[in-house]
Amino acid sequence: MIYLDNAATTRQYDQVSRRMLELMDTGFGNPSALHHLGVEAEKAVKGARRALAATLGASEKEVVFTGGGTEADNMALMGAARGGRRRGMRILTTGVEHPAVLETCRALEQQGFQVEYLPVDPWGRVDLKALEEALGPEVAAVSIMQVNNELGTLEPVAEAGRLIKEKSRALFHVDAVQAYGKLPVEPALLQADLVSLSAHKIHGPKGVGALYLRQGTNLPPLLQGGGQEGGLRSGTENVPAIAGFGLAARMAAEGRRERLKAMEKAREHLLKGIKAEIPQAQINSPEPCAGPEDFSGGGPEPLCSPALLNVSFCGCRGEVLLHMLEEHGIYVATGAACSSRKKGSHVLAAAGLPPERAESALRFSFSEFNTPAEMEQVLARLKAAVESMRRIHRR
Amino acid sequence: MEEQRNTYIVRYGEVALKGDNKPYFERILMERMRKLLKKYPGVEIRRENGLVLIRTPRELPAEAVTKELSKVFGVDSLSPAVEVDSELEAIGAAAVKYMSELMARREIKTFKVEARRSDKSFPVQSPEIGRIIGAKILKACKTLKVDVHQPDCRLFVQVRQGNSFIYEEKLSGRGGLPLGTNGRGLVLLSGGIDSPVAAYMMARRGMVVEAVHFHSYPYTSERAWEKVKELAGILAEYCGRIRITSINLLPIQEQIAQHCPEELTTILVRRFMMKLGQRVAEDRGCLMLITGENLGQVASQTAEALTVTDQAVDLPVMRPLIAMDKTDIIELAKDIGTFETSIQPFEDCCTVFLPRHPSTKPRLDRVLEAESRLEGEALIEQAFEARETELVLPRE
Repeated sequence: MIYLDNAATTRQYDQVSRRMLELMDTGFGNPSALHHLGVEAEKAVKGARRALAATLGASEKEVVFTGGGTEADNMALMGAARGGRRRGMRILTTGVEHPAVLETCRALEQQGFQVEYLPVDPWGRVDLKALEEALGPEVAAVSIMQVNNELGTLEPVAEAGRLIKEKSRALFHVDAVQAYGKLPVEPALLQADLVSLSAHKIHGPKGVGALYLRQGTNLPPLLQGGGQEGGLRSGTENVPAIAGFGLAARMAAEGRRERLKAMEKAREHLLKGIKAEIPQAQINSPEPCAGPEDFSGGGPEPLCSPALLNVSFCGCRGEVLLHMLEEHGIYVATGAACSSRKKGSHVLAAAGLPPERAESALRFSFSEFNTPAEMEQVLARLKAAVESMRRIHRR
Repeated sequence: MEEQRNTYIVRYGEVALKGDNKPYFERILMERMRKLLKKYPGVEIRRENGLVLIRTPRELPAEAVTKELSKVFGVDSLSPAVEVDSELEAIGAAAVKYMSELMARREIKTFKVEARRSDKSFPVQSPEIGRIIGAKILKACKTLKVDVHQPDCRLFVQVRQGNSFIYEEKLSGRGGLPLGTNGRGLVLLSGGIDSPVAAYMMARRGMVVEAVHFHSYPYTSERAWEKVKELAGILAEYCGRIRITSINLLPIQEQIAQHCPEELTTILVRRFMMKLGQRVAEDRGCLMLITGENLGQVASQTAEALTVTDQAVDLPVMRPLIAMDKTDIIELAKDIGTFETSIQPFEDCCTVFLPRHPSTKPRLDRVLEAESRLEGEALIEQAFEARETELVLPRE
């Protein structure tokens, strides 16, 4: 099996699975319990919180565990908007955000907030000029993702953060789900107040995420209950998943450069091969890859996450290509998993791609486990699939 | 009388008309009800003097029973009833109790008693029974009045030899004929809105249905197959378990795309589907094919196209939806419960290789000429040999 759908989800590290199993078997206490089992469980959660904080350059108090990236996005935006009513009723974001952000914005519109979708360039990068003009004292929150989940484009989040803090009192939310574990995610550098993270994109478990919450930022909670996670996320902690997240975060941070290098090598190999061997392939992602210290795409050249590559194969429906590759054990995506059941990709549409090009797009997303040798196989299968499809549809 | 039991009267309109076959139809109907109610212990289904009665333990909620019975073809209507000894005093007391319980649940100002005496040896005649019971109720429930024209509540009293019934509601059943009383048919199940409805309509007339599903993997997704299985699972609640034969049409579609005129693609594919359907039907002992075709709905369902499609096979092709309006089909799909699943957007094999301008009035001679360019028999045999089958059980 060659798995190239790591932006959808990743294979869990074995060490993570073992740690989680251990906690389910013997360390199953409730962290709020007064007895020894409770203390041990609380320690596991604390350890994970410390690990995450370390990777973010943040303090432990600034990390809240949630039920995933979507919940973190919801908590951040809902909270920033409602808590920011006294600031104003305007919210700024882009049309290329994840549905967890866009749909939350829609819900806020229903509640009377005014949401503005900033224009983006053909790679989905937000227009900083437009951001600057839109900022003002009545903006309650701004939400921009760090790495786009379909194109891989790095958004100019650091530059945006600087503008936001200069020109407004708005809270700045960064969805860093696709960036975390690969590129540096440091809220202080981004001047971000809120940052969403997810575990299962970095070889951790599903159903757990985290929200970085800059000290001094007050958010109303989404859930009422026993007051866990500093009152922000009531409900008994998902201890095994949280501990698994902590371990995955630590592992991602420790060998980050090497892991990034492996992804970049696989990506470059595939990109070169596609350009050389498959005629009429259109590269939708920015081509230059971000280096290990790049975290914000504010330069003149758009940069791409080394973990993503989006390509259109003219004349071929992406979904059919996907199934043809799947027959050879190669797993790719046509777009974000969450929009694959709806018609078309809102990201590619917002970036201005014509519908035929968007419909023939494939997204390859890499992990450290991918190798150039694998990419050779993918290329061969891809080439054959594209050729056979174009032959049938010659008319 | 046993106070520990709930009683349901089951009426089976059409089944009763079947003359000498009546015992056969009744037996199959009762078997079907037994099968669906098997999961609840202590349920008893019996025939007594021309009535089918179901008796259940007191604690089994009526909703659970009526929900199962609502899936049984052949049931015309049913009534949850109170059972009492056929003795005027006892019937009166039970009727008063029944009415006070009803009044506690909803507002009733007027009522009427409809009494019927099927036991002619009972000393009092039907109209008289009604008057006596009505008077007892009036005496006990002071706020009530009698209204013989438009009462809030119509109380039925059915007096029989041995035991009598008091009931109010008549819940309508599915109608139709008991499953398994009308042979076996093969439905071409696409995953759209129409074909599950067509299968349901034939099953409602007592036919056992099997299904054949065509796909074009990798042009269609694995989820389309999951969707068809889900639809079959919903149908199976009414029709019993369903065997689906799944056939990949892609090799045939590729041949058609390469050798035949583009505008005939759709009609040629339809003909191959029918022929493969016939192949499966012969293999499975099905007497006829069933399709969800509907006159004029799409290019392959014009009168001309249907004629050309029909000509491809010898077996009779049942098209129960042929003259229905789409809105009515959708209503029925919603009632059956297949609609929500049907509208999930997965590519089906009909939309693959869709010609830009399909012929709406194909001519048989031209279609046959195009078909003669292909190794039809061999293609059918290959596709049939590569089939997969799955037995889908009722969804729980």
